Amino acid sequence: MSDTGKQMMSPAMAAERVAAGLAARRGREKRFRIYGRIAIGIALAFLVTLFVSIFSKGIPGFFQHYVTIEVALDRAKLDPAGDLSVQSLYDGDARGVIRTALYEAAGASGRSGRKAAGKIISQGAEQRLRNAILDDPSILGTTRAMTFAVDDDVDSFLRGFIKRETPEKDRRINDKMIGYIDVLNDKGLISFRFSDYLVFGSASRNAEMAGIYGALVGSILTLAVCLVLSFPLGVATAVYLEEFAPKNRVTEIIEININNLAAVPSVVFGILGLAVFIGTFGMPRSIPLIGGVVLALMTLPTIIISSRAAIRAVPPSIRDAALGVGASRMQTMLHHVVPLAMPGMLTGTIIGMAQALGETAPLLMIGMVAFIVDVPGSVTDPGTVLPVQIFMWADFAERMFILKTSAAIMVLLAFLILMNAAAIVIRKKLERRW
Amino acid sequence: MEMQVMNAPSKQDLEVSHVPAETVGNIFTDHPRMTARNVNVYYGDKQAIDNVTLDIAEKQVIAFIGPSGCGKSTFLRCLNRMNDTIDICRIEGEIALDGYNIYAPDVDVVPLRARVGMVFQKPNPFPKSIYDNVAYGPRIHGLASSRDELDDIVESSLERAGLWAEVRDRLQQPGTGLSGGQQQRLCIARAIAVSPEVILMDEPCSALDPIATARIEELIDELSSQFTIVIVTHSMQQAARVSQRTAYFHLGKLVEVGNTEQVFTNPEHEMTQNYITGRFG
Amino acid sequence: MAGSSFLFGLEEQVDSFALLIAVLLISSGYFYLGTRSSRTVRAAGARLHSLPHYYGLFAGLVAALPALSLLAILAIGDDIVFNKLALGFIPADVKAGENYKEVIVLAQIYNVVNGINFGEQPDWVYAAAEAWHGWEDTSRLLKNVTVLALSLLGGMFAYRMVNPAFRSRNAVERIVMTILAASSAIAILTTIGIVFSVIFESMRFFALVPVSEFLFGTTWNPQFEGAERAGSGQMGLATYGSVPLFVGTFLISVVALSVSVPVGLFSAIYLSEYATPRVRSLVKPLMELLAGVPTVVYGFFAALTVAPFIRSTGMSLGLDVASESALAAGLVMGIMIIPFVSSLSDDVINAVPQALRDAAYGLGSTQSETVRQVVLPAALPGIVAAILLAVSRAVGETMIVVMAAGLAANLSLNPLDAVTTVTSQIVTILVGDQEFESAKTLSAFALALTLIVITLGLNFMALQIVKKYREQYE
Repeated sequence: MSDTGKQMMSPAMAAERVAAGLAARRGREKRFRIYGRIAIGIALAFLVTLFVSIFSKGIPGFFQHYVTIEVALDRAKLDPAGDLSVQSLYDGDARGVIRTALYEAAGASGRSGRKAAGKIISQGAEQRLRNAILDDPSILGTTRAMTFAVDDDVDSFLRGFIKRETPEKDRRINDKMIGYIDVLNDKGLISFRFSDYLVFGSASRNAEMAGIYGALVGSILTLAVCLVLSFPLGVATAVYLEEFAPKNRVTEIIEININNLAAVPSVVFGILGLAVFIGTFGMPRSIPLIGGVVLALMTLPTIIISSRAAIRAVPPSIRDAALGVGASRMQTMLHHVVPLAMPGMLTGTIIGMAQALGETAPLLMIGMVAFIVDVPGSVTDPGTVLPVQIFMWADFAERMFILKTSAAIMVLLAFLILMNAAAIVIRKKLERRW
Repeated sequence: MEMQVMNAPSKQDLEVSHVPAETVGNIFTDHPRMTARNVNVYYGDKQAIDNVTLDIAEKQVIAFIGPSGCGKSTFLRCLNRMNDTIDICRIEGEIALDGYNIYAPDVDVVPLRARVGMVFQKPNPFPKSIYDNVAYGPRIHGLASSRDELDDIVESSLERAGLWAEVRDRLQQPGTGLSGGQQQRLCIARAIAVSPEVILMDEPCSALDPIATARIEELIDELSSQFTIVIVTHSMQQAARVSQRTAYFHLGKLVEVGNTEQVFTNPEHEMTQNYITGRFG
Repeated sequence: MAGSSFLFGLEEQVDSFALLIAVLLISSGYFYLGTRSSRTVRAAGARLHSLPHYYGLFAGLVAALPALSLLAILAIGDDIVFNKLALGFIPADVKAGENYKEVIVLAQIYNVVNGINFGEQPDWVYAAAEAWHGWEDTSRLLKNVTVLALSLLGGMFAYRMVNPAFRSRNAVERIVMTILAASSAIAILTTIGIVFSVIFESMRFFALVPVSEFLFGTTWNPQFEGAERAGSGQMGLATYGSVPLFVGTFLISVVALSVSVPVGLFSAIYLSEYATPRVRSLVKPLMELLAGVPTVVYGFFAALTVAPFIRSTGMSLGLDVASESALAAGLVMGIMIIPFVSSLSDDVINAVPQALRDAAYGLGSTQSETVRQVVLPAALPGIVAAILLAVSRAVGETMIVVMAAGLAANLSLNPLDAVTTVTSQIVTILVGDQEFESAKTLSAFALALTLIVITLGLNFMALQIVKKYREQYE
């Protein structure tokens, strides 16, 4: 080998040159490491900002101001027909009864004074009074302390978003109202407590009455439809493709198809629902049934892909053992492989359901964005879902809607975290290491 | 030009606290390039190397042999601190290069590894051109001050690795396109391009066919005139062919070390004898 | 389409449900009979091919499956047939009328059928409604008879086949296999559904608006129908030039990617090459938390927190920032995509063989030299694929842009301007009641078609790259 003309650099010289460059290289190393830290810092800072921004508004959103007044429940005024029917209660003058009590408590007098005081209490108060009577008719004829939500502008004032110092014409509540609010406050009649409207109320254009109950029920119904369809279909498809499907062109097309479906933007599934179920089949809009079907088609790829991975993770020795004692392929599958793969399948399904729970765009397309006051009783009643409710509320400018939207987001996030935690627990608990 | 160790202990300071009774043969040499003293290596709780003391002589080939899991590769990787990349690995004792402890707290592994190069079991050329593979080390270490100088380094390294004639016309083609034996010689060229003092070879022929193996063995022989080479091998024949000294490891202990000829023809320790004669291993 | 329908009228639901229960009862009856008779045969000493309950299962399945399929078809199909029949009642002069809308006329008929009366209707509407009641009765009778008959006869047929030589287990397994295969066809059906629903409507759109105008026109103004509201800037004509939408989508995607790619990539590098296992196990789930947040929440965050912040910051710097700037939507979208980029990059970085890292370290590379000169070049195809997938996510993302990007179809590349995107236009156009005939509605389908083509194209490219890349290391 010594026939080469070129000389190697001596180790000593090489070491010298290496040493010369070291400081600069260490500097570059340090900088690179810092870039990585900065990147992670940015990502975590975003996360913190997002959660702080939601939680700082959402936690106050779980509470609202209520006023407690002594209401004289005059039977003749409230139940003119005297039969305690809903119709009779509606014909009665619940509003007048409440207002009278309010004027008394706030010391309001005069036409303008009463007008101002009347605006303090929520429009939902009458319904609440009627419900109280329906629940317990024996309260009629007595005088009771009853608690009603205040109007959302009053609530904003009490929270300090509407400032006393603002000139009267620029704020949504006038000086007279502020005076009465002060009176009520001094008497200790105004309280800040957990918002029952948020949890038990439904869609309402009045911020103080708005709640997520209807949307929550809608979400549950929609998810139920989604689960009932996507879980069996997803598992059946995974079993077929993984264990039985002949390896041919058709199977290949199905597999490519599933991968492509996983990449299709969710809004396109909404278009599918709109064009096929509503357009072609003429099904009604806004119903959880179609929402569930659309979400099921959307989550199917997720479930199929994770179920296939779970089946693949079952070692061949289990199959060989079952086949070896004379079980048919189907028996091997149903008695041995599927039960063993079940934790993985369930995990994938829960993650798919969590995706479906947070999905908004496709449901907008099939009309679940309609303003629906009634709580859906079945999958064919018009309804909405939690994310869509959040979307709709986000459009309203009222301060209280912003708070309630954030609170609704917290509820949604709580469900999502719960589902993901469940998936992790199932994976940890039931997963077998081979 | 020395390593970045200011107050490194001198050669005399590295006194052997106790020469392990288990090792038979001559663990010391007259001109050691590297010296290991009472080295223990742990992977978590498990001890992989048990109190090994050994000198590695200058410009010589020393072979580490022994059954699988005997710790020979682990010990080899200690010699240029490749084990640092494994989180759970912990090392006790001292290993010195030219008298300077490479495990001293302020030692930088970068110049150390430039001086103690390594060739791995499976050929692992970078997915780059042949030229870039060889030029990689000189480039990161700033060894060449000009393009011409870099060309020279690449050419002479490939020549020394016996690959120049085969690849001179396709230096820009990917290194991964070469045959297995050529790839391993490329890796050797890559290692010698930084002009190391010591080259560690971890079973360099285990993934190669007999002809490629013979080619590499020839190469090792040639290189031993310029470099100190430590080779781990599974094959006793290979150890006999390429090395001047042989160290036999068993269960993390250095059992016997001596001149290759003597170890193979007349092993002193019973375990070495059993291994050499094929009773286990 | 406006209006209610009978498909899910309460009455029909009850009918179908009762029928379903009846079929299931018949099926379980046959299961019992089949199992019992095969037991009897076995007790008599004959050797059965399969276990007794397979004979029962076979009979039960044959009794249930065809009947239930028929029920499903009839339940969904009858309405479509009724609609077609009802059209025959509409007088020719009404059809020829200027404001004739099939949907509205059908809705009139539905209402009368349902007993909802909005004032007096023309006679032919009542006639159609009466006929409709008749069809309904016929349909109900037909449905009851055919479904029950199919169930009973099918079960009987299967029951008669029970004999020791009959391979009932194989038959049952064939049926189950068919069900499994049919399930996997759902994926195909979904794709077909998507393709057809989008392509048909797009074709109708392109009959009204030339393809060239759609693809190359620079003004998007679908708000005004024909000349009905003349006097706007566009001479009262609707224009469907989609260029501003695609430019807007592009702009927001670029902003999103310039946030998510560096942050995601460097996070992935740090986590896989530098971080201790403890840090990794802490930071990774936190990053995944970002991925689990629904897009509507990001939209809310963008519209309520980020956009005002950017606007006020820009204002204080003397910049003119739109309240719904592309920057705000893009930034938040970028945050959403960070975990996506980082987890995909993490996968490809981890797929780079350790041998290559060893080689670099063995030559004395520092960690950053190893990452930059060996790991990243080796992982590059995978990273490119990850970025393509991220682009596809950004292009298809809907809620953030609907809530934060606004609807102004400005042709602008300035991220401080308000722009709109393909997805937000689709949503805006298709939300609420709309007529399938108008060019405005149809334009959403054309947009959806291009959106699908783009995202699937990106996805396909990414998968090809990943496939190539995998082959390199396996």
